[in-house]
Amino acid sequence: MKTASRIYTALVMIFLFAPIAILLVFSFNESKSLSVFSGFSFHWYRELFRDSETLGAVRNTLVLAVSAALISTVMGTAAAVGIHKLKNRYLRAAMDTVTNIPMINPDIITGISLMLMFVFVGRLFGAATSLNFATMLIAHITFCLPYVILQVLPKLQQMDKSLPEAAMDLGCTPMRAFLKVEIPEILPGIVTGLIMAFTLSLDDFVISYFTSGNGFQTLPIRIYNMTKKTVTPKMYALATIIFFVILFLLLLSNLVDEETAQAVRAAREKKNARKKG
Amino acid sequence: MKKILTALLAAVMLLSLCALAGCGSSKTLTLNVYNWGEYISDGSEDSLDTIKAFESWYEETYGEKIKVNYTTYASNEDMYAKLSSGAVSYDVIIPSDYMIARMKDEGMLLELDFANIPNYQYIDESFRGLYYDPDDTYTVPYTYGVVGVIYNANVVDENDVGDWDLMWNDKYAGEILQFNNSRDAFATAMYKLGIDVNTTDKAEWDRALAELKTQSPLVKSYVMDEIYNMMESGEAAIGAYYAGDYFTMLDAQADGVDLRFYYPERTNYFVDAMCIPSCCQHKELAEIFINYMLSEEPAIANAEYIYYASPNSLVYESEEYQEELGEEAMEILYPGIENFSELYNAYAYQNLDSEMLDYVNTLWESLKIA
Repeated sequence: MKTASRIYTALVMIFLFAPIAILLVFSFNESKSLSVFSGFSFHWYRELFRDSETLGAVRNTLVLAVSAALISTVMGTAAAVGIHKLKNRYLRAAMDTVTNIPMINPDIITGISLMLMFVFVGRLFGAATSLNFATMLIAHITFCLPYVILQVLPKLQQMDKSLPEAAMDLGCTPMRAFLKVEIPEILPGIVTGLIMAFTLSLDDFVISYFTSGNGFQTLPIRIYNMTKKTVTPKMYALATIIFFVILFLLLLSNLVDEETAQAVRAAREKKNARKKG
Repeated sequence: MKKILTALLAAVMLLSLCALAGCGSSKTLTLNVYNWGEYISDGSEDSLDTIKAFESWYEETYGEKIKVNYTTYASNEDMYAKLSSGAVSYDVIIPSDYMIARMKDEGMLLELDFANIPNYQYIDESFRGLYYDPDDTYTVPYTYGVVGVIYNANVVDENDVGDWDLMWNDKYAGEILQFNNSRDAFATAMYKLGIDVNTTDKAEWDRALAELKTQSPLVKSYVMDEIYNMMESGEAAIGAYYAGDYFTMLDAQADGVDLRFYYPERTNYFVDAMCIPSCCQHKELAEIFINYMLSEEPAIANAEYIYYASPNSLVYESEEYQEELGEEAMEILYPGIENFSELYNAYAYQNLDSEMLDYVNTLWESLKIA
């Protein structure tokens, strides 16, 4: 039984990581071939950093992902706090459903409907081109928002309601109580939401595809468009770099989680010790 | 930890603000160019970065800064969808022939002012009066290509080579690749049988389907750009593709694979041409750009990068270019077609109406399901 489960785990790991490993290995290949590894070289990494179009697309993608993640985190946190404070049970259920719709909706429907809306509004104002960076940003915020709310809301529910009340009893203004007591308490949720929004925005293809306009093209779209000819190994190099950046972010977020958990545990022990004493 | 996080967040926020400010502040004239992916010399492998070169050339010549917004698409249909949504505005596009015919019919193209494109004189005579633009008013050819058969000489016997029959030879069952796209796949059968690829006679399409059905047990798989890896690695031995792409495969072939190429007698020709769509906002600038693309240095750089044949005499008569490509490549890419326009108008794909396309797709599905 034990060997069976080991084999199973190994298989799962292979299926998850073999593609990435192959990509990584062939990004260092000297030649273009995917079948023969002719020698180790940084050739494709050098080529990548000389390709101004691709680097431009990377820059666009990062600018978009960072802005979308930050804005949707702020908006999402505010929305979660608001939803949490709702007293009416039905209204709350309704809000939950509304937030979930963009998440459940297939990307292609979100993409097309956003594009139609942008074109419609653009026409209304008589603009010749209605798709640009701003519309893409709005689209990305739209689909990141529910994920942030979904990360923050449970943290709010876990939080002891009497904590902010106690703070206010001790003389905090509501704002100060929110910033000093509630925010630190739900910070892990906010950070996870931020990282999730960032990665979601980073690799979105479908919605970006429909809402991209003149001159602002993200990396996934650029790679897709290379398929008239072959995708060059430059892209393997780029994907390898992105993989390590994401890995680093993931480790960082786990570290943050672990540290807050430790802090909470330490505080609780202190409290218990005081109670006993 | 919290302090580090705050600092990180602040830094990220600042960065994105700077980036946003950078995006918003450019007031220089902008030319929007929409082209196929990987279809221009982009500065890799020490080649010329055509777009950058144009920007600096323009500034030197006209004393004015411009910015070229260069974006790409993956297929004619993608480009058509984006343009007809009415949400974007492009100044120069480079579609393929059949799409040009369709866009022209729908009034989506503007007539060119050839006074601004003097370099048009270098376009070979045989590229005038092609079916998609019979009066040469809308287009300037960019590249052209001919479909041929690629085979691995270590597997295929030279005696079996010739015309389309090789792709139907049961000696090579399981070694043959066929196009995974209805138009191209049907065309191979139609050229083989001598049927007009633009026919509206359904019985002829049925005949082509029967031919494809006899081939399908021999086919290893139906592919598009997967053909590169499968031919390069020797996984398959026979497949049809464009001459220019054959050289891409040749560059990357594995040990023990010896790829060769030949043209069947009747085969497909395509031309991709530069046009100005009706949503264009800087028509004169777009014409200056098209003219620049025809001048010697960028035209040669593009032809060397894309590896498709160029209709521009500044390119194919250039000694530098001929040397770079080598004799064999020159012979294959430029088969010295005397009566190009005649062959082209006879064999190139033309736009089928939607009823015919539906019919072809039904046939195609019946082949793929069987």
